[in-house]
Amino acid sequence: MSENASESAHRTPLYKNHVARGARMMPFGGWMLPVNFGSQVEEHHACRNTAAMFDVSHMTIVDLKGAADASIPSTTNRDFLRKLLCNDVEKLTGKGDALYTCMLQPDGGVIDDLIVYWRGGDDYRLILNAATREKDLQWIEQCLDAAGDQPELQLRDDLALIAVQGPLALQRFSDVVEQTDLAERLDQDSFNVNAIRRFGSSESGDWFIGRTGYTGEDGIEVALPEDNVAVLWDALHDAGVQPAGLGARDTLRLESAMNLYGSDMDESVNPYESGIGWCVDMTDDSREFIGRTALQTDQQPQGFDRQMIGIVLNDRGVLRGGQTILVNQQEVGVVTSGSFSPTLEKSIALARVSLAACNVRSATELLDQNCQVIIRGKPLDARFVRRPFYRKRS
Amino acid sequence: MAIPADLRYLESHEWVRENDDGTLTVGITEFAQEQLGDVVFVETPEIDLECEAQQPIAVVESVKAASDIYSPVAGKIVDTNAALGDTPELVNTSPYEDGWLYKIQPNDGTEYDTLMDAEGYESIVSSQN
Repeated sequence: MSENASESAHRTPLYKNHVARGARMMPFGGWMLPVNFGSQVEEHHACRNTAAMFDVSHMTIVDLKGAADASIPSTTNRDFLRKLLCNDVEKLTGKGDALYTCMLQPDGGVIDDLIVYWRGGDDYRLILNAATREKDLQWIEQCLDAAGDQPELQLRDDLALIAVQGPLALQRFSDVVEQTDLAERLDQDSFNVNAIRRFGSSESGDWFIGRTGYTGEDGIEVALPEDNVAVLWDALHDAGVQPAGLGARDTLRLESAMNLYGSDMDESVNPYESGIGWCVDMTDDSREFIGRTALQTDQQPQGFDRQMIGIVLNDRGVLRGGQTILVNQQEVGVVTSGSFSPTLEKSIALARVSLAACNVRSATELLDQNCQVIIRGKPLDARFVRRPFYRKRS
Repeated sequence: MAIPADLRYLESHEWVRENDDGTLTVGITEFAQEQLGDVVFVETPEIDLECEAQQPIAVVESVKAASDIYSPVAGKIVDTNAALGDTPELVNTSPYEDGWLYKIQPNDGTEYDTLMDAEGYESIVSSQN
């Protein structure tokens, strides 16, 4: 860990709180964040079995506000997002609905992945990665300049963001809202989390609750004013929600086969080559989103030689990003991110392979086939498996 | 955290214990296991491996990262901790006892005395903490 990186890094409003709870802090994407609060594996299990909470205040929240006078119908922001994003915000038909999508380069390369929420009218909220913040904002500004109308961007650095995830997450959050004076600040109807649709959201004042997450469990992500976050965090802690760090967040998202930007994808690959072709919406022929032309090959999505697949290691060891994958002694691809899966108790990884090198026409043909992964110079036995590695019960 | 006074240390956070038969037992310190987090795999060296001092001969992998383990002296590997195969977490729960990694027979029996003592290691830990 570089001294400079930790000294110059931003601190979330919960920084002191984390240190007081004995968190191991490390710099990540320009922020000092907790890696774990003792045991990464225990935090992982807490999220799968009960409830865990994550401080994700480092993430970038950008609002696109509609006209101040809501009686004037406007589609400036919607039109802009339909061009900027590869998934189609036209799908967002219920107020509060969320959509997973990417921003693409004209050549189809992934600039970032993000969640967009529709807040009614012409109001949208984007939640972007922290490590890509400057690049993302520059890109959005650049696209704004090229757009005819001028949507208004609002950076919400004034908001903290926490994720409460796990089978008991909604219950524990409801208990806390009822039992603390937090409830007085809120419009109760907006905070009946059980009434929020999966992949929907609800808001009251500056509190915003999305039924979204990055763990593969049911749960919510709560954006709220910085001044309120410690009260909520401590109340959730007292209600038995396990604080969890970036370490558990990574193994949880890996088991659920959710990509990590910068590891599993970047500008050099498109969504089809990253296992997220499902978030590219080609339905509306007239929608010229950035990157569309490059992705519209006559044979897509199988037209792209590089495809994502899961790998499970049969031998003892740990799969890590960058390791080479062999089939019949030929190099066929590379591990994009790997770790030890606390739920499966074996090492798992996401990998990108060349179908041609594997001598197959689709990644499906590879499922359950053996391969080898080179770990510290030694080829170890592994096999290709379907993603995700873990799916929550019901 | 307590740093056992009867052991010697490497800057790379291995501890070394001198046994009655002249062999040296090597493991990683309490500080090192805390830094690494939950250990999920240990690759121990081959028995009879001959190595130089400061050579990476084992690997401890946590959920977070892989970490090389160095030999304290030149010598030959005479034993490894078989229990780590099924219970690598012993490195976390008992770093100075049940979580030992390997035993080495030094080529030069006097080299142990030249290794860093607990006081020296303590100053390294406090500078990194």
